[in-house]
Amino acid sequence: MATTLIHVEHLSRHYGALQAVADVNFELSQGEVLGFLGPNGAGKSTTMQMISGNLAPSQGSVKICGIDLLEQPKLAKAEIGYLPEQPPLYRELTVDEYLTFAARINRIAKNKITSAVERAKQRCGLEEVAKRLINNLSKGYQQRVGIAQAIIHSPSIVVLDEPTVGLDPIQIREIRKLIRELGKEHGVILSTHILPEVQMTCDHVQIINKGQLVFADKIENLNQRMQASSLIMSVQQSPPVDMLTAIEHVTAADDLGDGRWRIHYPPENSPAAILATQAANNNWGLYELSPEHKSLEQIFVDITTAEQPAPENTPSEEHAA
Amino acid sequence: MMIFTLAQRELRSLFLSPLAWSILAVVQLILAYLFLTQLNEFLTLQAQLKMIEGAPGATDLVIAPLYGSATFILMMVVPLLTMRIISEERRSRSLPLLFSAPLSMTEIIIGKYLGIIGFLLIMITMISLMPLSLLFAGSIDLGLLAAIVFGLILLVSAFAAVGLYMSSLTQQPTVAAVSTFGILLLLWIVDWAGGKAGDDNASNLLSYLSTLRHYEGLSKGVFSSADVIYFVLFISTFLILSIRRLDADRMKG
Repeated sequence: MATTLIHVEHLSRHYGALQAVADVNFELSQGEVLGFLGPNGAGKSTTMQMISGNLAPSQGSVKICGIDLLEQPKLAKAEIGYLPEQPPLYRELTVDEYLTFAARINRIAKNKITSAVERAKQRCGLEEVAKRLINNLSKGYQQRVGIAQAIIHSPSIVVLDEPTVGLDPIQIREIRKLIRELGKEHGVILSTHILPEVQMTCDHVQIINKGQLVFADKIENLNQRMQASSLIMSVQQSPPVDMLTAIEHVTAADDLGDGRWRIHYPPENSPAAILATQAANNNWGLYELSPEHKSLEQIFVDITTAEQPAPENTPSEEHAA
Repeated sequence: MMIFTLAQRELRSLFLSPLAWSILAVVQLILAYLFLTQLNEFLTLQAQLKMIEGAPGATDLVIAPLYGSATFILMMVVPLLTMRIISEERRSRSLPLLFSAPLSMTEIIIGKYLGIIGFLLIMITMISLMPLSLLFAGSIDLGLLAAIVFGLILLVSAFAAVGLYMSSLTQQPTVAAVSTFGILLLLWIVDWAGGKAGDDNASNLLSYLSTLRHYEGLSKGVFSSADVIYFVLFISTFLILSIRRLDADRMKG
């Protein structure tokens, strides 16, 4: 197993009576992209702020590459690059000036500053706007400057809080590509409320709701939960319901109108082949037969609205995995 | 050195805003006007002054009043310079850049403070060019001038420390400016009240607190270490308060 970059134990935070984050535990290893999912106000940003040293936790510990963030903040912070929800920009500076300043305060050696700035600009696609004032850049470019600032000192961990908010689809695609690239060298923690984003960019996913981790697993396992257990079939001449339910493995058939049917079956026993044969034999005029994916949204809602998380989804499994 | 990187950025950002330039221009204009009126008066009196033994020279009659006005103008101007230093960063949410970099709160505060001090030194240098120009025409008391300039530097450094702390308390630059000015004015006039009350202990204490009292000595060329220590303590108090306030941001969120 790769080295553990970040180790979070019993992390809690409350604002007065409000418990924003309660007893969160997780780890991140080199070369992993961890997605933090949750509805608004779930505690994603608070967790990110605590990991990056912007907010002191009420309880618990954060270890960055084995260094305790609370005891040796300077050493630990040198290993973190952080992009908050709103990129922390000095709008009166140009991109070059800003990145040079970011490089300096992150203690990059003087003779390496220029190359670090060049590299960050190149990775984030900022070469063309290098001489422009940050204030005059579009939201997408400002976001990229924010990411460039977070990766300029090649930190072990890059923490990105909702990096694709407010961007157009092309920019979103570029930033996701960048995140996947970053994930090869750095450990990346990314928060978002967009589910497909997590599917596309992350290896691990954690779902947080009301301050508690309700799901923590590999992305494959999340995909598995999305496995279909129903088919959508469209035919020109609808057969009688009895005929459909009589087919082996079909547990139920719902008429959706206009010759569209939803066929339910027990998982891993798809009747698709038999249905196709039947349709051909009986001249139903089959023109669509596709597995219906349970949407990620559906799973998300299932998990976050559940009173008690299912035992197999507790965070402890993440450590065992 | 991280502190100087931060100070340099602060100074640069100040000069990128029109505020700093207009303040420099306005202060220079007003003081130049005062300087010239004072000089004119001195020139008309010069003939009579020559008759008197041990009469005050140009340094006493032109330069001292110039710096006297400068202290008062700077008391109004420093709050405008310091008001944005932290509040603006808090409002534009750029503080996380500094917080997530390997910097301590002390470095952040001192760096920002030195940035402002750098600007104020530029301003004082520009003001001092006026009296120094008299060297072309005659001699001035350079020792007294040095004491006055030193006193002014200490005084505005104290103003800036108050401004920095006030700016760390709020998100609104104007609130920071108004409250800084209020505190500076109060500390300026606090010894007036004591004098009238007639209570000796109270008036001693109040006049000891007054920034003006401690500047007066230096402005007369009396270098007293007690006055210097007063300013050093004054500045460190407000810097430490600012550091603690910024640290509280991290605790409270």
